[in-house]
Amino acid sequence: MLYSETGQFSTHYAADRRLFRLRQDRLGLGLLLAFAFAAVPQIGNDYWFSAILIPFLVLSLAGLGLNLLTGYAGQLSLGSAAFMAAGAFAAYNFLLRIEGLPLLAGLALGGLVAALLSVAFGLPSLRIKGFYLIVSTLAAQFLLPWALVKFGWFSNYNASGVIGAPPLEVCGLDLASPAGRYVLTLGIVVALAFLARNIVHSELGRNWMAVRDMDTAAAVIGIPLAKTKLLAFAISGFYLGVAGALWAFTYLGTVEPHGFDLTRSFQVLFIIIIGGMGSILGNFLGAAFIVLFPLLLSNLAGLVPGGLIDPGQLENIQKMIFGALIVVFLIREPEGLARLWQHFRARVRRWPLRY
Amino acid sequence: MDFFLEVLIGGLLAGVMYSLVAIGFVLIYKASGVFNFAQGAMVLFAALTFVSLGERGVPFWIAFLVTLATMLLLALAVERLVLRPLVNRSPITLFMATLGLAYITEGAAQALWGAQVHGLDLGIEDVPLDFGGLLISQFDLFAAGMAATLVLVLSLLFNKTRIGLSLRAVADDTLAAQAIGIRLSRVWVAVWAVAGLVALITGLLWGARLGVQFSLSLVVLKALPVLIVGGFSSVGGAIVGGLIVGASEKLAEIYAGPLLGGGIENWFPYVLAMLFLLVRPAGLFGERAIDRV
Repeated sequence: MLYSETGQFSTHYAADRRLFRLRQDRLGLGLLLAFAFAAVPQIGNDYWFSAILIPFLVLSLAGLGLNLLTGYAGQLSLGSAAFMAAGAFAAYNFLLRIEGLPLLAGLALGGLVAALLSVAFGLPSLRIKGFYLIVSTLAAQFLLPWALVKFGWFSNYNASGVIGAPPLEVCGLDLASPAGRYVLTLGIVVALAFLARNIVHSELGRNWMAVRDMDTAAAVIGIPLAKTKLLAFAISGFYLGVAGALWAFTYLGTVEPHGFDLTRSFQVLFIIIIGGMGSILGNFLGAAFIVLFPLLLSNLAGLVPGGLIDPGQLENIQKMIFGALIVVFLIREPEGLARLWQHFRARVRRWPLRY
Repeated sequence: MDFFLEVLIGGLLAGVMYSLVAIGFVLIYKASGVFNFAQGAMVLFAALTFVSLGERGVPFWIAFLVTLATMLLLALAVERLVLRPLVNRSPITLFMATLGLAYITEGAAQALWGAQVHGLDLGIEDVPLDFGGLLISQFDLFAAGMAATLVLVLSLLFNKTRIGLSLRAVADDTLAAQAIGIRLSRVWVAVWAVAGLVALITGLLWGARLGVQFSLSLVVLKALPVLIVGGFSSVGGAIVGGLIVGASEKLAEIYAGPLLGGGIENWFPYVLAMLFLLVRPAGLFGERAIDRV
């Protein structure tokens, strides 16, 4: 009943193709966004903003970037963190060296640099696929942070290679407070998520899925493989670059290249496996899981009396549980948490009928 | 010139160590089509188990056998809990499952035996021997000898035994192999157990070199370019790939490194592998895949 479609007819193709066809979806999303933009900055405290909400949003964006490439276009990448690093350092340098460049323009330029690099490392995908592509993305993962450490210019000759956040100001509004950084991150993530949903609903998105499902067949029906794959790399690189810049500027404040190592790439990959490959919503669910789960685990361990579990052991246990979850998700629910939401939604739409 | 030769030989011998890791990959890839990212974690697990048993006073051979039995158990568990439920799924899914497996194995190894660095002494000293003016490490020679023995044993296993015959049959055509009554699950357990043995030997050699610690599981990253250069499906390719990567990496570090500011060892193999891929997408000895729609 809650989800009843009765009376909602699409009378134009445009209405049928819109992003959220059901009135309930639009209403729910509108309420959620209103809550996130208007209510959360009022009621949240600094711990929630800095330790949970901002990393959650940034990781969602990174997951989104990888999901466009891996979940939609089927090109496996283990180099997400490298492109995040590229975006962060490029945005930092643009904002540092160009006087009066607006923050958002700096972020976009950082994303563009990451996109260009991503295309460069995606070029081998025209000839190779599958596992072999891992090597190309791993080359990015090792080469880019090495260059960022090696050449002092990138970090403005900081002795330890660390970059700091530029003044966080948009249209004269100072957003340096935790709540301000949260709103800035939220705004960018929501805008890019909408853009992503539009992209995957467009011809390009359908081409990506055709290439993912079988690229030889896609080529046979006339999809330009090179253009499709490289666009996937470019757009994914842009999203990852912006995510990296946000990670540096709004979440950590200062960051060094080692903050973007292989572990971070795996973290982003786990977000999309757990959240759901080929889904926009899944990135948010997966990122929420990745951010909240360690907190939950350490709180649970705190309940065990007498310090039976020491912190080092906790890390090992967390690692084992993560690994096990990956395997379980791949076996039981390859489409991740997003699929569970779809099941739930389908159930509610039919309610009270069973099918 | 002598210096060049020394660097070259040092690189070749280091390459043998990479090949050892790569062989473990190739075995599993051939028999089950799984790109096993957990090979590095298995190396860590085997070496840690062996060293910890040794530190508790268990004699060498008993510790070796107990570790081997543990690796067999691991192979059984992997087949039952990971491979069997994921049968017929895409190779990428299987790869990601082994990523999860790597996390489980690393976590388990460190939860069981602790995270500190263990020394491992195999009784072979790492002293340079003098060959007509060329200095070559005795340990490297030993490692090369071990690798050669391993390859010999594996090729005998593959070519002369019944289980080897079924392994090759499964690698060639899984469906046909099943049709003539080869039990897939057994072959998988066998090949994962053999990969466990390779992991143990790799772990001992690398562990004696670097100390048994977490970074052992990162040797997997060294093996990847080796596989690309040599091809995923050939043991011989793994050896040749290892030699090429080892030698070129050391030569590049010595001769090209200073131009770029040093520390290029970490990414050079990957760039090399990428160049190889652009020319030969299936590696030097790999089988060319033909796509059918």
